[in-house]
Amino acid sequence: MLPFSSWEIGPIFRAMTRNKVGAVLIALQVAVTMCIIVNSVHILMERTEQMARDSGIDEANSFYLSSTGFADDFNDQVVIQTDLDAIRALPGVIDAMQINAIPISGGGWSMGLQTQPGAEFEGVGTAVYMVDDHVLNTLDLELIAGEAFQPSDIRWRERSQRDWPAEIIITRALTENLFPEQSYQDTVGKTLYINDDEPVIIKGIIDKLQAPWVGWERLENAMLSPEQTLFSSSMYFVRTEPGRLDELMPAVEQMLADSNKGRVVRGLRSMQETRERTYRRDQAMIKILTTVMITLTLVTALGIVGLASFNVNRRRKQIGTRRALGASQASVLRYFMLENFLISSIGVILGAVLTVGLNIYLVQSLGLTKLHWWLIPVGMLTLWLVGQLAVLGPARRATATSPAIATRTV
Amino acid sequence: MFNYYLRLALLSIRRNPILSGLMVAAIALGIGASMTTITVNYLMSSNPIPQKSEQLYYVQVDSWDPNNPAEEPNEPPDQLTWTDANNLYAAQKAERQVIMATTAAVVEPPSQDAKPFNAYIRLTTNEFFPMFDVPFLYGGHWQASADKGREQVVVLSRKSNDKIFGGENSVGRSLRLAGRQFTVVGVLESWYPAPKFYDVGTGAFDEPEDLYIPFLLKEELQLPNGGNTNCWKTPEEDSFAGFLRSECIHYQMWVELPNEQDKQAYLAFLNNYANEQKALGRFSRPLNNRLSDVMQWMENRQVVTDDARVMLWLSLMFLVVCLLNTVGLLLAKFSGKSAEIGLRRAIGASRQALFYQHLVETACIGLTGGIAGLALAYLGLLGIGSLYGSFADNLTSLDINMVLLALLLSLISSIAAGLYPTWRACSIAPASQLKSQ
Repeated sequence: MLPFSSWEIGPIFRAMTRNKVGAVLIALQVAVTMCIIVNSVHILMERTEQMARDSGIDEANSFYLSSTGFADDFNDQVVIQTDLDAIRALPGVIDAMQINAIPISGGGWSMGLQTQPGAEFEGVGTAVYMVDDHVLNTLDLELIAGEAFQPSDIRWRERSQRDWPAEIIITRALTENLFPEQSYQDTVGKTLYINDDEPVIIKGIIDKLQAPWVGWERLENAMLSPEQTLFSSSMYFVRTEPGRLDELMPAVEQMLADSNKGRVVRGLRSMQETRERTYRRDQAMIKILTTVMITLTLVTALGIVGLASFNVNRRRKQIGTRRALGASQASVLRYFMLENFLISSIGVILGAVLTVGLNIYLVQSLGLTKLHWWLIPVGMLTLWLVGQLAVLGPARRATATSPAIATRTV
Repeated sequence: MFNYYLRLALLSIRRNPILSGLMVAAIALGIGASMTTITVNYLMSSNPIPQKSEQLYYVQVDSWDPNNPAEEPNEPPDQLTWTDANNLYAAQKAERQVIMATTAAVVEPPSQDAKPFNAYIRLTTNEFFPMFDVPFLYGGHWQASADKGREQVVVLSRKSNDKIFGGENSVGRSLRLAGRQFTVVGVLESWYPAPKFYDVGTGAFDEPEDLYIPFLLKEELQLPNGGNTNCWKTPEEDSFAGFLRSECIHYQMWVELPNEQDKQAYLAFLNNYANEQKALGRFSRPLNNRLSDVMQWMENRQVVTDDARVMLWLSLMFLVVCLLNTVGLLLAKFSGKSAEIGLRRAIGASRQALFYQHLVETACIGLTGGIAGLALAYLGLLGIGSLYGSFADNLTSLDINMVLLALLLSLISSIAAGLYPTWRACSIAPASQLKSQ
């Protein structure tokens, strides 16, 4: 290891000030590249985190479809019961039920729940799932307190009906939102108010179930209401044994279509496809940003290679002279590496400022979250490394300069 | 002279293929990335009905909860109640007006071969078609009397006419819809406004609906609500009629007002209406009625997504990096030519001539980069199309404006990038270069 004083920082720096433009160009490139990369990584992490949230249901083995009756003699109640019995009887089906909305699908029903009656009190928003007594098994939910629905709890709901069943099951997140002071076990049996003043009692608590709207801040607030709907369309949710989904999806669709000609069966979709569609934009953003980061790093690296090669060529005579005066190959290599390191340092410091600036802009105008502070040093290190790697090739070529070149021309 | 410079430029480019290739690649990548995102943003924010976007106004009246605004800080609700939509429409105070909503119902085609299907339907009034310049392939829209008389008439989109009637002129034929017999009065040409400005509620870049039927059939046939429904107050009765009469918002209204005077008059009418409703015990919030023209409404509904804006910013910065890169590479390239420049200066070429010559060379590189960038942008748009699926169908086409913009952008940016290196190359003193030969 050489003593620090013989690292030639002084001469390198003085040489740089004689050719500012090249150095400034590289430093600026490094700065802007760092700004883009760090912000992209930040967005990427944010999206990945959102997509990794668990919906609480058995997504891999579930699908749903709708049935809309149009014949004059179409009897919703009879058809729904017959359909469900037939689906549940199919080999490979774990369970099935009717539901009014699909978790994470984007479309659903929301209500406000409050702990005191009266329009003047603010409610806590929740997604509403209208389900029957098969819900825990069909959605693969865990009841962590209270009791499950019994068949006798389930009622039929007409289209314009406004009242609610007497008892509901809610998620742990919802009960903790409603009763922040109490542990969730103690909230079973408590009375809540829906529609400002209609009482409903908490019958049970489930561990987790997401609402249909993934962009909602209260995504884990959901309630299960024991009722089957008699709306113009009915949606069936089916959970299959592992590995049987692909075979059962068309089978169920065909069976329903054949069993009654007075209806349209449509909207057959697996939960996995639903998840893909819901997060498609995030997925796309991730891919685009990754492409941008890779190409950008390449462009910057190539730029460094180009300019370094140019510098090496231009200084062949000086390098030769230095070599003739006794400088080792290693010290020539070190010269170029150190030069790049100094330029990159200016670049990454400027880059850190730009990064924070862009992040502040994105937070203020486009609602992004704040950057994790540690991304900045990581970004700085990365760009230092990229710079050193890029300059390595040209620098090694410089070391090959023969000392004799110094003697050829003046 | 220009041709000579062009020849020199090509020679010089050929002499340094790697360096020149790097520059073209850098410009192409920068232009490709920024043109991709500029196109997406341009199409998202494009004016879907430029000929009259300033005469069409979206109507908002504040019928919301006395305790809370519909949207913070104090925005009126984005849709109307059934009562307000019908009252405002009945007043007929604008040059033209339309009230509408979406619903869905099963269509049973007359032919046995075509299967019944669930159709997305726009409930609307007859002036929808002339107001929004909707083109017809066959027939035309229904008359105002059909709206009043709740006649069972239907206008088909071209796609659904193809599906139900195999693309024939189906005017006068009938089909079953929601269990009733409907008569076809018109078939639309292909019509895909982007953004789908007249209703951005469920997706600003969705396809238009399959069928159009008179608005009041909502009540007559008790059709379900499509799109969004929001209530600040529970309906007071357990019936369909009760739901219609409730304070739930689900309906949209547009008016056509040819000039500012008409607009002011209509706003006055709205305020007057709100005051009347106050007297009836509704509209407890302060007066807050709004008319937004098409582009204002698109802005209000944030039709250009945040993601698109983030990408635009990032890709413009990407372009900056690519240009900095080009500046550096050009510096390298031109300084390699200093001997040649010195020689030309020594035998009489003026600085101006040399400057011009190198600018031509830079422009050549820039334009080549621009053309390659266009190809990349095309690929980029294809990529975005496949990543986003149907959402991006209307957002990923390059039109002639974008092509020209790309070429212009590449030319300007490469020349801007070339100015300094060119100037430096030309300020070489001839003697110093000739000496070392």
